[in-house]
Amino acid sequence: MTDLPDPRSPEYLAQRRKVIRQRNVALGLVLGFFALLFFAITIAKMDL
Amino acid sequence: MTQAATLPLPADWRDFYQLTKPRVMTLVIFTGLCALLAAPGSINPVLGFTAVLCIAVGAGGAAALNHWWEADIDAGMRRTQSRPIPSGRMERTAARDFGIGLSVGSVLVMGLAIGWLAAALLAFSIVYYAVIYTIWLKPRTPQNIVIGGGAGAFPPLIGWVAVTGDVTLMPIVLFSIIFMWTPPHFWALALFVQTDYAKVGIPMMPVVAGEASTRRQILVYAALLLPLSLVPCLIPFAQGGAGWIYGLAASVLSGGFLLLSIRVGLRRPTGPDDTLKPEKQLFFWSIIYLFALFAALVADRWILAPGL
Repeated sequence: MTDLPDPRSPEYLAQRRKVIRQRNVALGLVLGFFALLFFAITIAKMDL
Repeated sequence: MTQAATLPLPADWRDFYQLTKPRVMTLVIFTGLCALLAAPGSINPVLGFTAVLCIAVGAGGAAALNHWWEADIDAGMRRTQSRPIPSGRMERTAARDFGIGLSVGSVLVMGLAIGWLAAALLAFSIVYYAVIYTIWLKPRTPQNIVIGGGAGAFPPLIGWVAVTGDVTLMPIVLFSIIFMWTPPHFWALALFVQTDYAKVGIPMMPVVAGEASTRRQILVYAALLLPLSLVPCLIPFAQGGAGWIYGLAASVLSGGFLLLSIRVGLRRPTGPDDTLKPEKQLFFWSIIYLFALFAALVADRWILAPGL
């Protein structure tokens, strides 16, 4: 990750938005995965 | 240059991933998975996957707490100064909250999905690593690696308990093997990154007791590891013991480990130009050792005692 020269510049703001968007996507994927996992665990426990 | 001009971007997902020490976690996941596969009995694949995932996430949480606590130390070592906190990409509190979140979450899921004994062992292993090792022992005693090595020895115990539901002799032996393996593994590394540890005042064995003493102790632990690694062959199959495939692999791997340790134990570095090749070879062999030993345990169980 690189430091940008001016935090008020459009490049910095665009880069910042990109990082936050990527974080949100990653968090969403993790939460979605765990939601699926909980369904799978529930089904697996019912089989026992 | 103004303060605003050096404002870094917020931490991205890769920084959070790096907090979990993914390379260390590989070994943790592998030993936990192998114990789960080698344990007598069966487990639903989804639950088995969940157990290994909880071990990995718990280890990641403990690693994030280690990053949070050791940020100042990391800043002083070349090997660690590019980590998310010392490099300024992440707030310390973010690493702490992330670590606590992963730790609590992994223990809860383990308890609800697998069982509370496995969850209790996972919780204890996280506290052992984050508090007993990182906060208490590491900055205080050169024996930090010996006692703290217990933290890395928990995954096979947890994986085994996830299947059987109880702690028997075999998982304790697997725990002991990793416990005995840890000091020579880390001290071999400490011998060739010694200057970094000395700079930040961490009392690693080579810094406090000297190289000669560390080399002798590496040899002692490797000599003890050889017979210990063969103990699984003495345990009956029905109780999870191992057969000749594991025995052969353990003999070769532990024999190699001992030979490399003898080379490291008996040699004296020639000076600043010494490349420390035997120390590096021992370190890399120690990584291969643990992977191969646990892989042999699974192969042994699946080939010689399928269905048990």
